[in-house]
Amino acid sequence: MIKSNLQRLSLASLMLASSLPTWAAGAIEGAVEKRHDLNLPAIVMFLIFVAFTLGITYWAARRTKSAKDFYAAGGGISGFQNGLAIAGDYMSAASFLGISAMVFGVGYDGLIYSIGFLVGWPLITFLIAERLRNLGKYTFADVASYRLSQTPVRIFAATGTLVVVALYLIAQMVGAGKLIQVLFGLDYTYAVILVGILMIMYVTFGGMLATTWVQIIKAILLLSGASFMAFMVMKHVGFSFETLFQQAVAVKHAGAEALALKANVAAEAAATAISSNAPNASAAVASAAAASKAAVAAAKANIMAPGGLVSNPIDAISLGMALMFGTAGLPHILMRFFTVSNAKEARKSVFYATGFIGYFYILTFIIGFGAIVLLSGEAGMKFKEVSGALIGGSNMAAIHLSDAVGGDYFLGFISAVAFATILAVVAGLTLSGASAVSHDIYASVIKKGKANEADEIRVSKLTTIALGILAMFLGIAFEQQNIAFMVGLAFSIAASANFPVLIMSMFWKDLTTRGAVTGGFVGLITALTLIILGPSVWVEVLGHEKGSEWFPYKNPTIFSMTLAFITIWLVSVLDTSKQAAEERAKFLPQFIRSMTGIGAEGATDKH
Amino acid sequence: MQDHTIERIQQNPKFQELVRKKSSLSWLLSFVMLAIYYGFILVVAFSPATLGQSLSGGVTTIGIPIGVLIILSAFVITGIYVRRANTEFDQLTREVVEDAKK
Repeated sequence: MIKSNLQRLSLASLMLASSLPTWAAGAIEGAVEKRHDLNLPAIVMFLIFVAFTLGITYWAARRTKSAKDFYAAGGGISGFQNGLAIAGDYMSAASFLGISAMVFGVGYDGLIYSIGFLVGWPLITFLIAERLRNLGKYTFADVASYRLSQTPVRIFAATGTLVVVALYLIAQMVGAGKLIQVLFGLDYTYAVILVGILMIMYVTFGGMLATTWVQIIKAILLLSGASFMAFMVMKHVGFSFETLFQQAVAVKHAGAEALALKANVAAEAAATAISSNAPNASAAVASAAAASKAAVAAAKANIMAPGGLVSNPIDAISLGMALMFGTAGLPHILMRFFTVSNAKEARKSVFYATGFIGYFYILTFIIGFGAIVLLSGEAGMKFKEVSGALIGGSNMAAIHLSDAVGGDYFLGFISAVAFATILAVVAGLTLSGASAVSHDIYASVIKKGKANEADEIRVSKLTTIALGILAMFLGIAFEQQNIAFMVGLAFSIAASANFPVLIMSMFWKDLTTRGAVTGGFVGLITALTLIILGPSVWVEVLGHEKGSEWFPYKNPTIFSMTLAFITIWLVSVLDTSKQAAEERAKFLPQFIRSMTGIGAEGATDKH
Repeated sequence: MQDHTIERIQQNPKFQELVRKKSSLSWLLSFVMLAIYYGFILVVAFSPATLGQSLSGGVTTIGIPIGVLIILSAFVITGIYVRRANTEFDQLTREVVEDAKK
C-alpha cells in the first residue's frame, strides 16, 4: 500500500517538477539570511565605487545645465560608450545572479532565458534605434506622439513608462535590500534607503551624464569580473566544455542518488510507523512523500536539455514574445538612444550592446555550470547549509563561486559589483520615470509644450526625489512579498502596451490617436489583469488554491500583445474623423525624417 | 520641413532607392532573427528531446552549441545590418540630404 502511495506521490511530483517558476530568473526573492560577519573587502571595494561614482556625479553636475544635458547627456555620448551603457542598464543583478542561479539549479533552461533576453536587440537595431533617434528628443513618447494628438498619447506613454518603471524598480529595490543584507550584513531597511539615496544623488545632480557613466563603469566591472570567473571555471576543467558538463552531470547524479536514498529511508520509516500504528504515522508518510518528490524531481531533471520551461507550449511562446518584444518597449532602454549624436551612432550602440550582452550571457552559462561543479563535494561544504542548500539562497551561486575561484578579495569585488549593478539599473529607471513626468506630463500635457526649460528640469529633479522616496517605501513594503512575477509583468506590459504603439507609430501610416491610445491601454490592462488572474499572482501571491486561477498561463503576452495590435488596427481603420485624416497626412514628413534624419535633434558639443 | 522639400525628397530616386534597400534589409533580417528564435522556442516547446541528443557521444548535447550559435547569430546579424547601413545607406542618405538642400 505504501508503495502504491509512493507511486502516486511520484506522479504528483512529476507534475510539480515540470512547473518550475517561469520567472525564477527575474528577481532575487525569497527569505534570505543576514550575514553575521562583516564582509570587509566587499565594503571597502563598494566604498571605492561609491566615492568614484559620486566624483563623476560632481563632474557631471557641472556640465549638466540644459534639459538636453539632463535627459540626454547633451546627445554627446559615442556609440561605443552608449553600447556599454546600454549593456550596463540591461544586465541587472537579477540577470547576473538570477540566470547563473537558474543554470546552477536546472542547467539548460537558463540558456533559454538568456537567449530570450538577447534576441530583442537585433530587432531594436533593424526597426527602432535609428528611427527613434531621428524622430525623438528625450522620451519614446516624443516618437509615439510625433504626428498624433499630444495630450492623450503622452498620457498613455507616461502611464506605460511609469507602470513598467515602478514594477522593475520594486523588483530591483527588494533584490538590492536582500542582496546587501546577505553580502554586507547590513539591515534590509538601511540597505534599501542607502540604494535610494545614492540613486537620487546620481540622477538629480548628474542627470543622464552621471547615469551613463555609472552604467559604463558598472558594465566594465561586471564584464571583467564575470570573465575572470568563467576563465577560472574553464581552467579548472582543463578548458574542455565536455569535462565541465561531465562533472556537472556527475554532481547532479550523485545528488539525485543521495535524495533517493533519503526517500527510501523515509519510506521505510513510514511503513514501520503504519504497520505499528504509531501516532506519528501520517507525519512519517508526509515526510516520505516530500522526500520522494525531491528524489523524483532530481532524478528526472536533465541539466543538458530543456526542462521545466516546456511544461506548456503556450507559456513558452508567450514568454518568448515578452522577452523579445518587451526589450524593445522598455522606456529606460529606449531613452538611451537619445544620448548619441545621430542615427549612425544609435545603430552602432546597439551593435556593441548586443555583443556585450551576448558575451555576458555566455559567461553566466559557464558560471552556472562552474558553480554546480565547484560548489560540490568537500570543497563546496563551506558554501552550504546542513540541508545542502546554498547559504543565502539559490541566487547566491555566482557569489559563492567568486569565493571558490578567487578567495576573499575577489568575493568582495564581485559583491561590490553586484551592488554597483543594482545602482546603475535603478538610476536609469528613475531617470526614465522622472522624464515621463516632467517631459511628457508637465511640459507637454500641462504646459502644452510651452514650459520654461529651467522649470522642466526642476520638475524632473523633484520627481526623481519623489520616485526615489517612493521606491524606498515600496522596497520596504514589499520585503516579505513574493515579487518574482514583477519583472515578468514589466516585460509583458512593455511588450503589450509600449511596443505596439511605438512600432505602429513609426511604420503604419493609418495609425490614429484613438487607435494608439485605445490599443495601448487595452494591451496594458489586459497584460495586468491576466497576470493577476493567472497562476503567478492569483495562486503564488494571493494564496488562492492551486488550480483556482482564472487564467491558466503564467505569461499573457501572446494574448495581450496580439489584442493590443488588433485594437490599434481596428480603432484606427474605423476612425474617420477629420483629425484622423490629418494625422495620416503627416506620416510622409515623419517617414522622411525617420529615414534621413533631416530635422532631427542635434548634439550639443560639450563633452 | 517645407511641403515642396518633402515632395522633392519623396520623388528623389535616391530616396526611393534608400527606402527600398533599407526596408528590405531591415525586414529580411528581422524575419531571419524571428525565424531563428521562434524555431528554437517551438523545438523547446514541442520537442525538447531533440535538443537533448548527445552531440558526439559525450554528455554535451546538441542544445548547447545551438544555444550558443543563436547568441552569436544575433550579434552577427546585427553586424551585417550595421555594416551595410554605415556605408551604403549612410552614403545614400547624405546624397538625399544634399539634394534636398539645393
